[in-house]
Amino acid sequence: MPAEQKKYEYLDHTADAKFLAYGKTLEEAFGNAALAMSNVMIDTSTVSSTLSQYIDLTAEDLEGLLFDWLSEFLFLMDAENLIFGDFKVHSIKQEGGQFHLNATVYGEHIDPSRHMFDTEVKAATYNDIQVQPSADGWVLQAIVDI
Amino acid sequence: MFMSEDSDISLKLNKINNNTWELPCGYKAGMRVPGRLFLSPPLLEILEQGTLEQVANVATLPGIQKYSMAMPDAHLGYGFPIGGVAAFDREEGVISPGGVGFDINCGVRLIRSNLKENDVRPRMQDLLEELFHAIPSGVGSKSRLRVNDGQLDDIFINGARWAVENGYGVPKDVEMCESQGMMEGALIKQVSTKARQRGRPQLGTLGSGNHFLEVQYVDKIYDTKTADAFGLHEGQVTFMIHCGSRGAGHQICTDHLRTLTQASQKYKIDLPDKQLACAPTDSSEAQNYFGAMVCAANYAWANRQVIMHWAREVFQNFFQKDADELGMDLVYDVAHNVAKLEEHIIDNKKQEVYVHRKGATRAFPPGHPEIPAHYKDVGQPVLIPGSMGTASYVLHGTLDAMEISFGSACHGAGRVMSRAYAKREFKGEQIKRELSEMGISVRATQPALIAEEAPEVYKSSSEVVDVVHVLGIAKKVARLMPIGVVKG
Repeated sequence: MPAEQKKYEYLDHTADAKFLAYGKTLEEAFGNAALAMSNVMIDTSTVSSTLSQYIDLTAEDLEGLLFDWLSEFLFLMDAENLIFGDFKVHSIKQEGGQFHLNATVYGEHIDPSRHMFDTEVKAATYNDIQVQPSADGWVLQAIVDI
Repeated sequence: MFMSEDSDISLKLNKINNNTWELPCGYKAGMRVPGRLFLSPPLLEILEQGTLEQVANVATLPGIQKYSMAMPDAHLGYGFPIGGVAAFDREEGVISPGGVGFDINCGVRLIRSNLKENDVRPRMQDLLEELFHAIPSGVGSKSRLRVNDGQLDDIFINGARWAVENGYGVPKDVEMCESQGMMEGALIKQVSTKARQRGRPQLGTLGSGNHFLEVQYVDKIYDTKTADAFGLHEGQVTFMIHCGSRGAGHQICTDHLRTLTQASQKYKIDLPDKQLACAPTDSSEAQNYFGAMVCAANYAWANRQVIMHWAREVFQNFFQKDADELGMDLVYDVAHNVAKLEEHIIDNKKQEVYVHRKGATRAFPPGHPEIPAHYKDVGQPVLIPGSMGTASYVLHGTLDAMEISFGSACHGAGRVMSRAYAKREFKGEQIKRELSEMGISVRATQPALIAEEAPEVYKSSSEVVDVVHVLGIAKKVARLMPIGVVKG
């Protein structure tokens, strides 16, 4: 399968989960990174899109933005009991030395009778975090702590 | 593959003795001190190259004292290795959230009892079921407790004491916790709204991953005098809790990692890996993190205290015995992900250092002022949980540990295989059956979860503990075998 068709792939890591996420655009790659992290926890095809949430983040660089983006879903899971399976990143823009992300994500309240979690992701990490342009668009790398 | 592909690791190391290896400063530019790895030759063989890099990276941080250390259970972490110990000078050094980890004060609590193995074994599955329902575990589980913001402040400041004052346990419980279940110096203003929101619904929950509740029995005593002091004897049933500070701790680390990443640039600290973000000890960024870390540590002590209380209730109802009859007293509670300001002797001089233990247990010697009076003559209990289905160990701290490892020992078995690999290799139902044939019952929210914590994915806890024992940084007191496990 050509790399541009693959949304993400997992790399082996002893203790945690490491993945690459791809996208023709930066926005698509960020969406796929969230999908990769969510699929560490749960098969996202079992998550319905009954509610949506608007997300607006600002960070000083793209790595920081990726860290904040992934961290946001872990926060929403613990604090609001929400799980998401569909991530639409509208835009990632650079303005005045800052990067802004706008997205709408779709998911639902966690229902233990329907949602089978494999494991819990505790946190996004800065370890080996990368946001790089590639021949086909963008490739992101992240390790999440489980 | 999960094993190191680089078979030349030992060539990069100088052998100090059979279980101690030095990674020389010349290994990597910027190393301020050598690395020191406490590994038996077989454990050295399975060490990953990445772990060695992380030991070297930690050695480049400002103010590090003596060595960047790796315990026998060391494996690849993020920034610091898991099983890493590093001490930084109070004035010249740094504080780093990566040296503590996301699950701040993840730790272990051991409770003894007057029950005997034969009292529980025939009824184990029923007892596990009761425990499973009394103590919420897994993702999205709801606590029986929901604390408000005022209570949360109290928990961040007072830790296990808050729990005891609110009816979860008895006063002598806190005396048997590391730091009496309450570290000083909590800065509640440095805990974000997000961390509070994650913390409120989760007090009294186990979490998932490698967290567990375990009913065990003492199957071997190595040191009768110390075992007597710890109230342990052969055939006795014990109960172990392994969990941490839940989402509150994860968020506190996440928040401050952000700040400290920027602070590292501000203070011009050259980092070989962003996850090593740190700041000078006396900077506001470092102190704010430390004060927030204390809040998370205290939350974790309150969490384990509440869980222990509910477990005692389950045992009392299940066996129809009152608290005195059951004798479920706390042996000890250790933190294995935390940073502490401690006094150590370095180059024959007393020196204050921030000791970072990430996947490492404090192991203080007899007579140390920071251990419970009751254990003054024998040293601090060092609790080393095994992986699911394997032995756990109780050891005691020693004077040698103060000299060799800043009063630290290993924290568990240490992974050798990724969770993804484990899931491909093993089936939960099959592992459950195999454990059952060994006389061990397991309860998890779903059988698939059992595969990722299969005994084979860890180093042997016995081998790890033997290294610590032979080096003398903690000495074996008792071995505990599992009878039933609730896997988080």
